[in-house]
Amino acid sequence: MENEIHTGTNRTGMKASPVDARKLLEVRELQTTMPDPEVDAVALRAAYLTEAGPVGSMPPPPTLRGMAGTAMKALTGKKMHVLLDKIAERAAFERTGTRLYDMMLQKVAVAPALPAGMTIDGVREIRDEEHSHYLLLAAAIETLGADPTAMTPCADVTGVQGMGLVQAMGEPRLTIAQALSTLLAAEVIDNASWELLIDLAQQFGQDELVAQFTEALAAEQRHEATVRQWMATALTEEAGL
Amino acid sequence: MAIDLSNIKGCPLEQQRFTWRELVQHPISKLDDDTFTRVRIILLNGLEHEALRFSHAFARMSRDMRAPLARVRRVEQHQHTMINWLIGADHSPLETTIAYEQVAIEITAAVAQAEPDPYLAQTYRFGLLEDFDHMYRYSAMLDRLEGKDANNILQCYTDILPGRPTVVEHRDPDDDLRNPFDAKTAHPLSKLHALTIMAAEQQTHNYYMNIGPLFSDPVARLLYAEIASIEEQHTTQYESIIDPDQTWMEQWLMHEFNEVYNYYGAVRQESNPRIKAIWERFLDYELGHLQYVMELFKQVERRDPMEILPPVMPEPIAFASQREFVRQVLLQEVDLRADGPDFVPMEQEPDGSRAYRRQLNAEGSPTEAVAAGYVWNPGTELALPAEQQK
Repeated sequence: MENEIHTGTNRTGMKASPVDARKLLEVRELQTTMPDPEVDAVALRAAYLTEAGPVGSMPPPPTLRGMAGTAMKALTGKKMHVLLDKIAERAAFERTGTRLYDMMLQKVAVAPALPAGMTIDGVREIRDEEHSHYLLLAAAIETLGADPTAMTPCADVTGVQGMGLVQAMGEPRLTIAQALSTLLAAEVIDNASWELLIDLAQQFGQDELVAQFTEALAAEQRHEATVRQWMATALTEEAGL
Repeated sequence: MAIDLSNIKGCPLEQQRFTWRELVQHPISKLDDDTFTRVRIILLNGLEHEALRFSHAFARMSRDMRAPLARVRRVEQHQHTMINWLIGADHSPLETTIAYEQVAIEITAAVAQAEPDPYLAQTYRFGLLEDFDHMYRYSAMLDRLEGKDANNILQCYTDILPGRPTVVEHRDPDDDLRNPFDAKTAHPLSKLHALTIMAAEQQTHNYYMNIGPLFSDPVARLLYAEIASIEEQHTTQYESIIDPDQTWMEQWLMHEFNEVYNYYGAVRQESNPRIKAIWERFLDYELGHLQYVMELFKQVERRDPMEILPPVMPEPIAFASQREFVRQVLLQEVDLRADGPDFVPMEQEPDGSRAYRRQLNAEGSPTEAVAAGYVWNPGTELALPAEQQK
């Protein structure tokens, strides 16, 4: 794999084809004004936005314990399924995150060189911690009497968000620095999301989970700092600074 | 490199083999490759797609030909794969859409100018202005949904302007049918052009039907629904210009010849050496297919295939910007409409088509909505000062 971006024959910009670009710019004079449409895009979207239902629902509590917990919280006005949905979202994200690092491991293994300080073992350590976070979250869902194999609505949406990350990481043409920027995006989302999840679990009085989640957050903060450092080094080295 | 069709030597069918690794090669660079490399990829992908569709239809109609069709079709499936997979995953579906419309515009414009039959040339010009409008609508969508400039794909070769507005392209099915050429008297180029443009439009229809549901934005989903409907009309239009009285064998022969013709054009004009090697290999494969089908034709029809094929390869379709021609057609013919097989001034359009689209557009037109006030600007609308933005 190539690990550096060079100056080459990029043809996408106007300045790459000065003669054709001059001709193309004439379209601004050639275009005549058209009447506004009877129904514009805002109105079309508004109709769908108004009529849209959610992407799906939370599964019903499958165990007596889950039902009891849900009923008890319901008595206090707290909706347990909101917490469960957010835990399931993190679980889904951690699974995808593990796979992002799996792809990074393959990339790192064939890279001609790595930025100073970056090692395969360092990448594997993060990968394994992401995986352990998934297991932790799945266990937490079980503890709360719910089904960790279900895809909840927030898990579904985080999957949609993650499609871009997976698509970018799967691309063999990415340099190590570009792959690190993809991982950094995932880590930044992950850190903010863990913080919000801990806050929510606290409000539900789930002290044991809060303690476990806080440990996970500390690991995620290390991941973000590490990936950011590797990336900074990669950029400095690539730029010859 | 002249090809004498009465004495061709292509790669024998039994030697046309692949591995998965060969099928899935490194894609072209969206940034660095010339856009006409991508145009050729899409066009030839469309021809392989048509090869499969035609072959399946034929196989459903003929017990005797099932085995030979299956043999050739398997190779074409794999050619189709190798070509289609050359488009990199950094193209968003909308960016690939821009590329598809660039194919429709530039190739149809080249064909319209080379077409010897005036009626068929008019038909291509008619369709061209509709695809030209699709480009404008999709460019607006790309800008307004993804914040991207369609010209990053087009590379300044193709204008981004309204054509015949898509909102008025919706016609009664009877007004999409044209008069077919007569295979006995038609110029070989007329037959090749018709098959090529029909294949391109069919694959575009197929592509939009597949990717339309990938969008979450309702306006994008609506836009693809509307333009896919026109691509279906275009497929109807272009297949209707082909002589339906040709036998299945004759049509198969013409399909193989058309593939040879287009790979030949691609080999002659390709700028990327790695991709050129693929075109050369597939030209050799297609010559093998043509040879194989010529033999079958002799056995089945008891006729000389050279009664159908021209002695030498006609001049290939040009892969180049047709900007001036397109602008001229736009100025002169944007207001044409269809009345059955004829092209008529706007005022003479039949009531059937008017009523048809009045109903379809009754709750608004996605293509109008998405491009309201849109004027292409280098670097997207967002590069304009805030007060000039819609």
